[in-house]
Amino acid sequence: MTTHPIDEHVHELGMPAFDQRIADAVARSVELGGEKQTALKAKDLKTDQEVRWCPGCGDYVILNAVQSFLPSLGIAREDMVIVSGIGCSSRFPYYMNTYGMHSIHGRAPAIATGLAASRPDLSVWVVTGDGDALSIGGNHLIHTLRRNVNLTILLFNNRIYGLTKGQYSPTSELGKVTKSTPMGSLDHPFNPVSLALGADATFVGRAMDSDRKGLTDVLRQAAEHQGTALVEIYQNCNIFNDGAFELLKDPLTGTQWSIPLVHGEKIVFGPDGASCVVADGWGGLRVAETNQVDEAQIVVHDAHREDPAYAFALSRLSHQDLRYTPMGVFRSVAKPTYDAMMTDQLEDARSGQPADLDRLLHGSDTWTVEA
Amino acid sequence: MTHSTPEQPTTDTPSSAPGGLVKSVVALDRVVIRLAGDSGDGMQLTGNRFTSETASFGNDLSTLPNFPAEIRAPTGTLPGVSSFQLHFADHDIMTPGDAPDVLVVMNPAALKANLADLPGGGLLIADSDEFTPRNLAKVGYAENPLTDGSLDGWQLVSVPLTSMTTDALADSGLGKKEAERSKNMFTLGLLSWMYHRPTEGTVRFLERQFRKKPEIAAANIAAFRAGFNYGETTEAFAVSYEIKPAPMPAGTYRNISGNQALAYGLVAAGQRSGLPVFLGAYPITPASDVLHEMSKHKSFGVRTFQAEDEIAGIGAALGASFGGALGVTTTSGPGVALKAETIGLAVMTELPLVIVDVQRGGPSTGLPTKTEQSDLLQALFGRNGEAPVPVVAPRSPADCFDAALEAARIALTYRTPVFLLSDGYLANGAEPWSVPGADTLPDLRVEFATEPNGPDGEFLPYLRDPETLARPWAVPGTKGLQHRIGGLEKADGTGNISYDPANHDFMTRTRQAKVDGIAASLPPTEVDDPDGDAKVAVIGWGSTYGPIGAACRRIRRSGRSIAQLHLRHINPLPADLGDILASYDRVVCPEMNLGQLSLLLRAKYLVDVQSHTQVRGLPFRAAELAAVLQDVIDGTSTVTPTTASEVTP
Repeated sequence: MTTHPIDEHVHELGMPAFDQRIADAVARSVELGGEKQTALKAKDLKTDQEVRWCPGCGDYVILNAVQSFLPSLGIAREDMVIVSGIGCSSRFPYYMNTYGMHSIHGRAPAIATGLAASRPDLSVWVVTGDGDALSIGGNHLIHTLRRNVNLTILLFNNRIYGLTKGQYSPTSELGKVTKSTPMGSLDHPFNPVSLALGADATFVGRAMDSDRKGLTDVLRQAAEHQGTALVEIYQNCNIFNDGAFELLKDPLTGTQWSIPLVHGEKIVFGPDGASCVVADGWGGLRVAETNQVDEAQIVVHDAHREDPAYAFALSRLSHQDLRYTPMGVFRSVAKPTYDAMMTDQLEDARSGQPADLDRLLHGSDTWTVEA
Repeated sequence: MTHSTPEQPTTDTPSSAPGGLVKSVVALDRVVIRLAGDSGDGMQLTGNRFTSETASFGNDLSTLPNFPAEIRAPTGTLPGVSSFQLHFADHDIMTPGDAPDVLVVMNPAALKANLADLPGGGLLIADSDEFTPRNLAKVGYAENPLTDGSLDGWQLVSVPLTSMTTDALADSGLGKKEAERSKNMFTLGLLSWMYHRPTEGTVRFLERQFRKKPEIAAANIAAFRAGFNYGETTEAFAVSYEIKPAPMPAGTYRNISGNQALAYGLVAAGQRSGLPVFLGAYPITPASDVLHEMSKHKSFGVRTFQAEDEIAGIGAALGASFGGALGVTTTSGPGVALKAETIGLAVMTELPLVIVDVQRGGPSTGLPTKTEQSDLLQALFGRNGEAPVPVVAPRSPADCFDAALEAARIALTYRTPVFLLSDGYLANGAEPWSVPGADTLPDLRVEFATEPNGPDGEFLPYLRDPETLARPWAVPGTKGLQHRIGGLEKADGTGNISYDPANHDFMTRTRQAKVDGIAASLPPTEVDDPDGDAKVAVIGWGSTYGPIGAACRRIRRSGRSIAQLHLRHINPLPADLGDILASYDRVVCPEMNLGQLSLLLRAKYLVDVQSHTQVRGLPFRAAELAAVLQDVIDGTSTVTPTTASEVTP
């Protein structure tokens, strides 16, 4: 393969040679505007747009956490793209000085898939909510997860429809009384972590909006993961579902009912480590009192376990009233990414048969009519 | 020119065949052959092979495959009949032919389903082995029509095709069932002899196709040769036919189907724009072959993505467009319905996107394998809000190539989604194509934005090119041009969210003006009126070009004048169209829908367009269309819409 100057750009960006015009535009912008800046501060990621969530919304906390954390990844802001769907959380891209698309309801994972699959040089993020990702966009979510496209999905779960003013969502608890369910909802809720693991997601984590440290920790691991990472973020909607996660946020009950997951450590939680997780003898897991079991019986968390059944069992510990909710990284396993495999196929095809449009158009059976 | 009755032989040359048989060779100027059999009989393959032989011989040709939506309906039943019609000639032809001159039937069901189309006196070749009591009973024949005299009005040749095939393969080592499967190749061999077709291509094809199963390749080749030799030696066929190559403009030709030409056009668009092509698609008849074809061309930087649904297909394509690719999605009518919201997003975000709709019979699931033009208004108006989308339509299988390039040109130049409206007839039909040189194709290069364009050194993603009204295309990764786009209304210039009433009014009108302005880049409308004195014009769009053109030739041969206009661009319509239509006393618009283009023309130009429509899942017959046009010219009838009471099922 001959190398010409443009090919070098392509090479530096880790893009296949077909994308030379894109690489060339990127290189030209650097020529004109100076080197890419990867040493960013949180303020570099803010836009001139006024943030328009309700005062007190959990989305503010998440936005701040993301803006503070992203610079640590060392990625230039022009190399980040945030794609969202519809809903309160999906306004997110407008407040981030990166590339962004506020798309249509439920479709962000599909749009991000096309972008990430064709531009492996970019850091692509999807911001979505429980209604957006799990109702109207449920199909795209599961297929994106199984394909393992290299993107990070932040699923803000407030267990309610906020932008449409307070209908129950696919994560609302059974019997939820809302505007559309005055006698209580009849739908059994999704557990988003279980759903993602059922789709064989290679990375699944869960964090709380108000827990800056825990959230940042999960986000960092998600961002570093090669493949589709799903992070469920419990987010308080103080207008339509205030206090939805109070059980886990309250210092007293939070310690009792949340189960912190740390890879390589025994799963022990509760006041003074009074509770722990053990095998239930049926292939699943159960909560036990630490002083009632052998220490050797306590499960040591292994996020890298290939079989998703273990992480799934962890996700099933929690009840819909949020008792026994594991927080942290459930699963993080290495698998080839869709975009890398797609790029490989393209490069393989090109090395086997160089692109020759005339040859393609002629095919193998032609005849000539003389003048 | 097409005729509804077979041509008279023009020469009669005796020739001798092995075995001392004297056979004559009759020269014809055109033939329409229809092969019909069970879905499992390989009629489509046989037809395609005969087509390739015919193309390489140099005849002009046009094909009409017709097959059921069921992959394998119960064997030997009417719903399982699959057919392939080929029209080939020593001159330029426009349609696959109204009716066959020769009908080959592989079983009683194929006879029953197709006999009505074979004009009296036509040649009928039947595989007598398959006319068993059981097969006859399946389709309700009380008696064997091959022997009861009911086919006396046709030239019937009963040939035991199946048993002759198994006899020929007796030493092949194949079992009887497997050997029987080669009967289509035996039939192809017989036809190849009858019409003096070259055979090397088929032999090569079979060797290639069954590379990994040499014994199957050998059996098929043996059956093919046996069929050819049978024709040469049998007394059943005393005549063979010669159709000389058609004079065509100098050039290199190949045979090509519409879907293949369309895929090549998209690959070429990627090459000529220097952009990677990203095709997001979900399998759907009759568009899937475009996905199949595109997926073979990864070496051209074509990424194909088989999505989880139609919505993800177009969503991924739009995401790739945001990233700097030429995004394409391919589908058929029901898929377009699902993609509507994303098309609206593409209108709002003003990104290039090609939406290929290979139309089929509707509504709903409709007739998946049959052709129709009933998605025109869906393409134009099937979205919420004022969401103008340009519409381009190819007029013949080979023209799908140029139309795809044109759709890409508009998408890239104007940063807009564009509809490419093909249909089932174009998709599966084939014709010779004069292969263009790659360097003669349109230059589709576009410039990405690489630096800020605002007065204060900022980037304004909705600051437009004054000529095209296109907005800058700044791809992620470009330093300093970070911006956010989306489905909410954009403020002029900045692209920020805006709910300002005046801004929305302005942006709505600007998006419309951008699409309307494409008309300035279109060539003048071609009016085909060789006599120059036509008072009646016929206007069409898409795949009706062939049948309308053939009908016009008939009209002119009868001494009348008619002008033919055919639209490639339906949105925007050409700037000169209103004046042209107004200059005729009468305008007739035949369509394979219930009058969608005529509705548009009447609304836009206040011209009293007369609509002639048909939705039979098949292309118009030239003779029928000519009769309609003749009545309009002679003033004996105006075209009126068919009412339900006049419809006979």
